[in-house]
Amino acid sequence: MPIEKILAVSGTALPVRGTNIDTDRIIPARFLRSVSFDGLERHLFEDDRAQAGESHPLSNPAYHGATLLVVNANFGCGSSREHAPQAIRRRGIRAVVGESFSEIFFGNSVALGLPCVTVTPEAATDLQSAAEGEPRTSFTLDLQTMTISTATVSFPAHLPAAAREGFLDGSWDATGLLLERYTEVRHVADRLPYLRGWR
Amino acid sequence: MPSTLLEKVWNAHAVRKLPNGQTQLFVGLHLIHEVTSPQAFDMLRGRGGQVMFPDRTIATVDHIVPTKDQRRPFLDVMAEDMLSALERNCREAGVRMFDLASGSQGIVHVVGPELGLTQPGMTIACGDSHTSTHGAFGAVAFGIGTSQVRDVLASQCLALEPLKVRRIRVDGQLGSGVYAKDVILEIIRRLGVNGGVGYAYEYAGDVIDNMSMDERMTICNMSIEGGARVGYVNPDDTTVEYLRGRRFAPQGDEFERAAVWWRSLASDGGASFQDEVSIDAGAIRPTVTWGINPGQSVYVDERLPKPSTLPREEREAVEEALTFMGLAGGDPIAGTRIDVAFVGSCTNARLSDLREAARVIQGQHVAPTVRALVVPGSQAVRDAAEREGLHRVFLSAGFEWRGAGCSMCLAMNQDRLEGREVCASSSNRNFKGRQGSPVGRTLLMSPAMVAAAAVAGEIVDVRTFSRAH
Repeated sequence: MPIEKILAVSGTALPVRGTNIDTDRIIPARFLRSVSFDGLERHLFEDDRAQAGESHPLSNPAYHGATLLVVNANFGCGSSREHAPQAIRRRGIRAVVGESFSEIFFGNSVALGLPCVTVTPEAATDLQSAAEGEPRTSFTLDLQTMTISTATVSFPAHLPAAAREGFLDGSWDATGLLLERYTEVRHVADRLPYLRGWR
Repeated sequence: MPSTLLEKVWNAHAVRKLPNGQTQLFVGLHLIHEVTSPQAFDMLRGRGGQVMFPDRTIATVDHIVPTKDQRRPFLDVMAEDMLSALERNCREAGVRMFDLASGSQGIVHVVGPELGLTQPGMTIACGDSHTSTHGAFGAVAFGIGTSQVRDVLASQCLALEPLKVRRIRVDGQLGSGVYAKDVILEIIRRLGVNGGVGYAYEYAGDVIDNMSMDERMTICNMSIEGGARVGYVNPDDTTVEYLRGRRFAPQGDEFERAAVWWRSLASDGGASFQDEVSIDAGAIRPTVTWGINPGQSVYVDERLPKPSTLPREEREAVEEALTFMGLAGGDPIAGTRIDVAFVGSCTNARLSDLREAARVIQGQHVAPTVRALVVPGSQAVRDAAEREGLHRVFLSAGFEWRGAGCSMCLAMNQDRLEGREVCASSSNRNFKGRQGSPVGRTLLMSPAMVAAAAVAGEIVDVRTFSRAH
């Protein structure tokens, strides 16, 4: 497996405000009608963008090229579709900063090498305001110091230890790890009554 | 030491503690469907891997199947492509598939239980968030994404963080016209749509103990709408009797031995829970969502929240939801006009759901302004309902009687809302755009409430509706 360490993400930020932004909004189900993830980035937040008109941040050219996405609480709730973090990552986003994330979305993002770090609600809105006030503001998420900073402010960020370690040492892609100990896996399978037979 | 079911099942499937502190967990049953698996097979092929335990993965097709004309090739070319890809992947990997010709096709969370594939004590994963449904059997079942589907195909394992357990006791007596759907909507309304993050929900108490497996599945199904990736009920006589004689359940003496193990998995008296919540069933009334997440609900005889009376931090979300829904704060939810009535989905499209809906509409007719459809959860549910003559009740009332699939719950086939239509739906999500029209509107409720709304053309209280008709 390719080993890619993710120590920090720097760049401009795309602020998307709102609590409980579900994965149907991130990528509507009609775009899941495909056998690949190709081209999903074109439909990121498509219906929200259409309804918000020019006011959706993703429609604003000032945020073009953003590498961080700043969100609020319970981002990515709902459907388990990996298409949501796929669309985000394929759009050029390399880390998401928010107040909280749904568990499945978080796990899917880790598997793509897309860190989702949490900050306090106040920090999330401050970071969003900073990006809205000056879209060219440069942010740095440092996974070693666990801070998200601009030239003028810095906030502590949080990431569960296992996920953080995975990004720092490049082991975030779990397949290799899971394939390491076939004999132990076999032992567990052979111990389970429903696989071993109901003797 | 007394343990919870979650701990017992988790420990039985733990392969090892990973260096990062996560658990490598063996997945006892892996369910796949056509939407979230093709990319996983491609990734696996790209890495030169193969399916390690092909007999522990089972496939069916549900999300994209047309429910009207199911002849192959489908007229919907993309749906045909997706199904063909699943068929090819299953054939190459040696994975068993229940396709349209099998007589056992249907929504994956309906099919697993009714075939007896879903059993207590299993770990069950599927690329679908409503995998929590299978927890009704005392399995530890959860949704995963496509990269994790790849990992399960490759290794039959996942790397997971341990979960806390919140026991939710529902005691007392449910009133007539109040269903499992109302209980879970109540739980979500009380604990919030993200209240369950980091937790498995253990559902307990008299009301859960007295529920059928169908009802328990409805409850566990919507755990994820409360933020809990896993929800479960301890196995008991109801669980065991449901499984007896099912196609993939153990048979004869083996069944009795299995039943002993299944019962032994129930959380021990004295097991400790990280949190406990108690709910009085007698206070629950038929519930309807009015907003854009499943926590935004009221009892059918209540009024919608008024933003001006709410604390500042709640106001914005309520205003956004009311605006999207075209509803006014302070108005009663009863009397809200509907355009579409949908009885279906992995939440509420089992035989007992169809029976309740049929009972409500018996001898009535759908309002002229409403289009109404029943989409059974599986071919087996559809067949069983037809043997009872339920299809005639629905058809003569003006409902469409369709083939099995996910259908209008998420509108990945032709069944969808148009424009700003309002749908009374027995499904699980009322997110913006969920039912296929970006501006379509969804009100979630029990199948009986959907049936009553279909006839009345508006939201009505099924308790008084049934008495009046």
